[in-house]
Amino acid sequence: MKNPLDSLWGTIICGVILTVVLYYVAHALVGSGAA
Amino acid sequence: MHGVLSDAIARWLHVLSGIMWIGLLYYFNFVNVDAVKAATADGAQGPIVKYVVPRALLFFRWGAVATWVMGAYLLSVEPPLNGMNGFLAAFGLQGSMAPIGIGAWLGTIMVINVWGPIWQSQKKILGMVPATDEQKAKARRIAFLASRVNTMLSIPMLWFMVTGPHQPL
Repeated sequence: MKNPLDSLWGTIICGVILTVVLYYVAHALVGSGAA
Repeated sequence: MHGVLSDAIARWLHVLSGIMWIGLLYYFNFVNVDAVKAATADGAQGPIVKYVVPRALLFFRWGAVATWVMGAYLLSVEPPLNGMNGFLAAFGLQGSMAPIGIGAWLGTIMVINVWGPIWQSQKKILGMVPATDEQKAKARRIAFLASRVNTMLSIPMLWFMVTGPHQPL
């Protein structure tokens, strides 16, 4: 399987997917935390 | 006691050095990789590698340090949360500090990447430390992938830097 980081588009798409995943992680953390 | 002016100056320097750092990261990934490949296709080390890359790397790695230090200062002057100062609350992903904390963690990983795999490999590639052709080839691959990892991480990092403190999730 080709490494997606070998292409610029693969890198950008991985970054966008990671952003979406971390958005939901942050959302859960904000919801579970005080203040 | 920190002042409004010193916070504003730190924020300004954080953004200026961040542009320097990430701008050069994008230059390396979007421009330099293919440009060097084309310029050195005949096997000779071209002027880009000799004159441009070392200077760009100098501003790149110190821009990363300046960005991190100013960011750490800005977090440390945030109001305390859950009994922790802003810096610890962010890195501890506490409540409302979690989004900027995720950005701070991503930025920290990126700084480590700059001074670790990228710079240590570039020193071999540029001939600043002795290396065999095989070691140089391996260093090229490591530097390339570490740089691509940073480009990937910069996408969520910038999201959380921009939205974290200014826009509720």
